[in-house]
Amino acid sequence: MADRSGPPLVEMRDISISFGGIRAVDHVSVDLYPGEVVGLLGHNGAGKSTLIKCLSGAYRQDSGDILVNGEKVEIANPRDARDHNIETIYQTLALADNLDAASNLFLGRELTTTLGFVDDAAMEAETRRIMGRLNPNFRKFSAPVKALSGGQRQSVAIARAVYFQAKILIMDEPTAALGPQETQMVAELIQELKKDGLGIFLIDHDVHQVKSLCDRAAVMKNGELVGIVDVDDVSTDDLLAMIIAGKKPEHPAA
Amino acid sequence: MTDASSRSAPSRGRNILKTLEIDTRLLGMVGAFVIVCIVFNVMTDGRFLTPRNIFNLTIQTVSVAIMATGMVFVIVTRHIDLSVGSLLATCSAMMAMTQTSLLPAMGLDFGNPLIAPVAILVGVATGALIGGFQGWLVGYLSIPAFIVTLGGLLVWRNVAWYLTNGQTIGPLDETFQLLGGIGGTLGTTGSWVVGALGVIAACVAVWSARRARIRHEFPVKPVWAEAVLMVVSAVLILGFVATLNAYEVPARVLERQFEAAGRTMPEGYSQGYGVPYSVLLLVLVAVTMTVVARKTRLGRYIFATGGNPDAAELSGINTRLLTVKVFAIMGVLCGLAGLVASARLSFHSNDIGTLDELRVIAAAVIGGTALAGGVGTIYGAILGALIMQSLQSGMAMVGVDAPFQNIVVGAVLVLAVLVDILYRKKTGAT
Repeated sequence: MADRSGPPLVEMRDISISFGGIRAVDHVSVDLYPGEVVGLLGHNGAGKSTLIKCLSGAYRQDSGDILVNGEKVEIANPRDARDHNIETIYQTLALADNLDAASNLFLGRELTTTLGFVDDAAMEAETRRIMGRLNPNFRKFSAPVKALSGGQRQSVAIARAVYFQAKILIMDEPTAALGPQETQMVAELIQELKKDGLGIFLIDHDVHQVKSLCDRAAVMKNGELVGIVDVDDVSTDDLLAMIIAGKKPEHPAA
Repeated sequence: MTDASSRSAPSRGRNILKTLEIDTRLLGMVGAFVIVCIVFNVMTDGRFLTPRNIFNLTIQTVSVAIMATGMVFVIVTRHIDLSVGSLLATCSAMMAMTQTSLLPAMGLDFGNPLIAPVAILVGVATGALIGGFQGWLVGYLSIPAFIVTLGGLLVWRNVAWYLTNGQTIGPLDETFQLLGGIGGTLGTTGSWVVGALGVIAACVAVWSARRARIRHEFPVKPVWAEAVLMVVSAVLILGFVATLNAYEVPARVLERQFEAAGRTMPEGYSQGYGVPYSVLLLVLVAVTMTVVARKTRLGRYIFATGGNPDAAELSGINTRLLTVKVFAIMGVLCGLAGLVASARLSFHSNDIGTLDELRVIAAAVIGGTALAGGVGTIYGAILGALIMQSLQSGMAMVGVDAPFQNIVVGAVLVLAVLVDILYRKKTGAT
């Protein structure tokens, strides 16, 4: 169980953001503790991805604060987020298809030689090392990631987040494009990262998956937060009611 | 997952290519080039592949080839630059005006050794500034590159006109003219030295790449494969030098030189031209651009942005600034190309570089740069420029009428892209 005695790893306080008059996120607050997985649930367009993009630096909130380890931080772009050890695995994976695994893993943070040139051999060595841990079957180190399977691409995206010692990990539907076996691999990985004390925001559609992987679930509807519940206190039906009807369970199921 | 080895054994020829890790599409291009050369050589009764013609082909290619290397970066980042020919003209006009009126007015007389370097600096700076400005319009103001540079095509051509009042400016400074081609060569001995240095550099590059892989315990090619690569590059480099050295300076030119020095030419004296400075400049540009593409963060970001702009941005790459840099590089190369083009003519003319944008884009595309972005090589673009130039001057030598020349060149461009599409479909390559 997550340790909630200290300050939260990250706290998003009263976040709002609008696009052309439409409130995509409306005064939403969520927090995340070390070693905890918080699921973000909701329909398409409920505002989950938009909310989380404020944390990853892709968007800038109109109002509201983001606190990391209890301190207020400014996240204006993806680089700022990375500086606060916030790593994101996007639904689209955000990989440059024409480059190989090592180039993608280190994109924006290349290892360089003393002369300032990119050190491909060192990056490939590091990639081999971390892939040996995450996905030992991975072999295609010199092929462009376009040539990889969905699961292999996913492991490249995950490796990128894990390699740089993320403290806060955002996963946007990490298993949407994966088969059962690969989904299992991601589930195991999440458990492992939890043990290492990372905090994970998991955006997902699948209520059952959220029940099994997450500690708490935050449900959004039409840009507003319906509620945050401990997944052990609610049934999947309760979660579905929150997603569909926006109804918070009055008596948490025993 | 199926392993590559579990599939049916590929043919032996393909195996050797695989071991050598030679790009099959590069081989295809070299093949096409060789065929073009042989066909023209037969049609001209052996006049096409003479040292003299190869020398001329080489110096005619330099200007377009220099710009084509920059166009690779532009197209890889999913942009286009239609203004390169006009930008070349503006840079050339700036250089011409600097050396013929600006510097002399400041007290630097004709023949002053400072004139050429200052003029070149002005030209290159002009290119960088204008290129960077166009890049800013594209990157920060989000105007499509096609529109920005289409406007630039008109604007810079006429800025050049305005700067020179439409006059032909010349003759240019003598030192400046050394970079034009035949007016400045290394001579035979110097060429051999440069060739030898090139061979050494190529071997060292192959060997140090191998050493780096061994250090990290990656699989490496067999030693014989590396040796073959080294021998092939040595033969190519030295063969090229030998060809350029074999083109001898005409006897009357030598006689005039001796007369000017107040001596008489010894009986049977001869001298080869060797490698022109302009070609040396191209080699320098090509090596630098290749290093930038493969070994620097800038190059990595250029290719990443071309492959997936969103991913690049989410990885913290400043893609707007990157666009400015790419267009500024293109501008610098237009400056250098303007230097070579005007020095070759020995004057700046109002129509210098007209239609070069088409030649440059065609060279990059024939050289395998994909307009969809993310894919392209520097050496491919240079080879593409060489193929275009060979076609053009080959047809001129055979006596093909001017309209047909352009019809053929246009058709070849379209055909090359078609072949490329079919090739990619077949191999599934990027």
